[in-house]
Amino acid sequence: MSDVVLPPGRSPEPRQSSGLLAPGHTFTTVTDKIASIALGRRTPWFWWIGAAVGFGLTMMLLATITRLVFVGVGIWGNNVPVGWGFDILNFVWWIGIGHAGTLISAILLLLRQKWRTSINRFAEAMTIFAVACAGLYPALHTGRPWLDYWLIPYPNTMGMWPNFRSPLIWDVFAVSTYATVSLLFWFMGMIPDLATLRDRSKRLSAKIIYGMLAMGWRGSALHWQRYETASLLLAGLATPLVLSVHSVVSLDFAVGLVPGWHATVFPPYFVAGAIYAGFAMVMTLAIPLRKLYGLEDFITLKHLDNMAKITLATGLIVAYGYTMEAFMSWYSGNPYERYMIWNRATGPYKHMYWALIFCNVLAPQILWFRKIRRNIPALFAMAMVVNVGMWLERYVIIVVSLHRDFLPSSWGMYHGTVFDWSMFVGSIGLFLALLFLFIRFLPMISIFEMRTILPEAKMQEEA
Amino acid sequence: MSESNNLYGLMAEFENPNDLVKAAHEARAAGYRKMDAYTPYPIEELIEALEIHDRRLPALVLGGGILGGLAGYGLCYWCSVIAYPLAVGGKPFHSAPAFIVPTFETTILFAAFAAVLGMLALNGLPQPYHPVFNAPRFALASRDRFFLCIEAADPQYDHDETWAFLTRLGPRVVMDVEE
Repeated sequence: MSDVVLPPGRSPEPRQSSGLLAPGHTFTTVTDKIASIALGRRTPWFWWIGAAVGFGLTMMLLATITRLVFVGVGIWGNNVPVGWGFDILNFVWWIGIGHAGTLISAILLLLRQKWRTSINRFAEAMTIFAVACAGLYPALHTGRPWLDYWLIPYPNTMGMWPNFRSPLIWDVFAVSTYATVSLLFWFMGMIPDLATLRDRSKRLSAKIIYGMLAMGWRGSALHWQRYETASLLLAGLATPLVLSVHSVVSLDFAVGLVPGWHATVFPPYFVAGAIYAGFAMVMTLAIPLRKLYGLEDFITLKHLDNMAKITLATGLIVAYGYTMEAFMSWYSGNPYERYMIWNRATGPYKHMYWALIFCNVLAPQILWFRKIRRNIPALFAMAMVVNVGMWLERYVIIVVSLHRDFLPSSWGMYHGTVFDWSMFVGSIGLFLALLFLFIRFLPMISIFEMRTILPEAKMQEEA
Repeated sequence: MSESNNLYGLMAEFENPNDLVKAAHEARAAGYRKMDAYTPYPIEELIEALEIHDRRLPALVLGGGILGGLAGYGLCYWCSVIAYPLAVGGKPFHSAPAFIVPTFETTILFAAFAAVLGMLALNGLPQPYHPVFNAPRFALASRDRFFLCIEAADPQYDHDETWAFLTRLGPRVVMDVEE
């Protein structure tokens, strides 16, 4: 079937079937619409509100960190036996959120899912900012963050080297590689769009800054060929990487002997949970942004529908993980394992466990209905429920497993202090602040990839 | 003669990708070799038409990955067996299964750097100056227009003849690109 190529100036036929882009758009309109968000002189009111909230909470984060560094980790609720509290659970929560960005940019690229195009850029940005927030926690949890460089293998006068048999050093390698590769992928993906901003901007300062970042990109066919090869190769590299990162994070637990941690199901179950949490966060961000910036043409109901389907699918894998955890603790015949699951469901933290089951197992089932998947307020509410549910999951895995392990004489209770909460809410502020800066100054949708899905870009079949 | 000396080449502007790909095919058939096309997004058919295909990048990335893997495993081995042998839980100094994770991560890391830096290096970026930016309206190459540039360095290049040839391809406009 060959498409008719329209004469210039005429708007092309709408391609209703795909639903990935509102009809009537051309190379020009797509470019100008997305570029104008970064280049526009007027900053919209909602940006100021969002950025003010983000920066305000970031100040709270900085105040907390200052007190933490001066006084020590004793200001947190961590104790014996619960040595890992909010710090590690927030680390896992943030890292998990990041995973959707890489999934969208790498795995969906390899699977040729065109609908990734309009959401991949800000999902990748979300990954980087989430990893930045995540990185704060273990770095500060060391207690003496000014000595964190000891984590890196480097020749030192003490003659000491890290223990490579420890999952904690694996984490250092996995998370730092993940952060670096995500940053490379994100930046490389932006080069052609930075060139567009360079060519479209009217202010000299913007021309210079975008020009330097675009590095002289000129859209040469030969350059594009190498660029596409590099993108595909990076996607191929990022795919096993993203699957490995949360697997390695899960090994921090699974290699330990604590009942509730020592389970072989952990790596796949963590990865599914990460994607589940990540897509919920992408929806949490995409739904308000498309509304406020009028991007409904680019981020359509079809995108939200697809994301809701992935959330549902990964949610079911997570539910399977919970079931297997419970089954294995019974089937193992191990009294400590059996007690662990009994304690989760009926112990002092039972309300958290049942809230988690509600948020991550029961509530997502409404996504089976197409009506819900295309109902924006319902979808937003659902995404928030998942965000909370995944946080509770980590609370249950970390705190509830640690607080009652083998010997009742060493049991204890854990509650986050005000500094635990101010640090957590503060890191959300840092995430928002970075996100709002990104939205204001960089193209939040990949312009050049949007051009490729336009009807105009359809090539004539060769005879 | 002196006029064409300070010219980088001739640039034709097209309205849509189909015209550009057709023009690239015809220029190739007419014997032009030193030319390049400039587009707002990657076009597979154009790369076929210009018969440009650089296959060095995958080799670079493979090299980066192998180097990264060796470096990662070497680091684990050297630290744990030679520099700082530490008996932990009766495990052997050379704990190969435990070394898999850092080795895997450095493999990916080095390969990813090879992909991005290799792409930039082969493309000659960052490049502060390039003559094509002298062409009027070239800024549209990053928006909605498609350009074909036949360079003066092409053996078959002759200013007037090439100009006439490009005009026959039905572009919106043909222009001189100053060096």
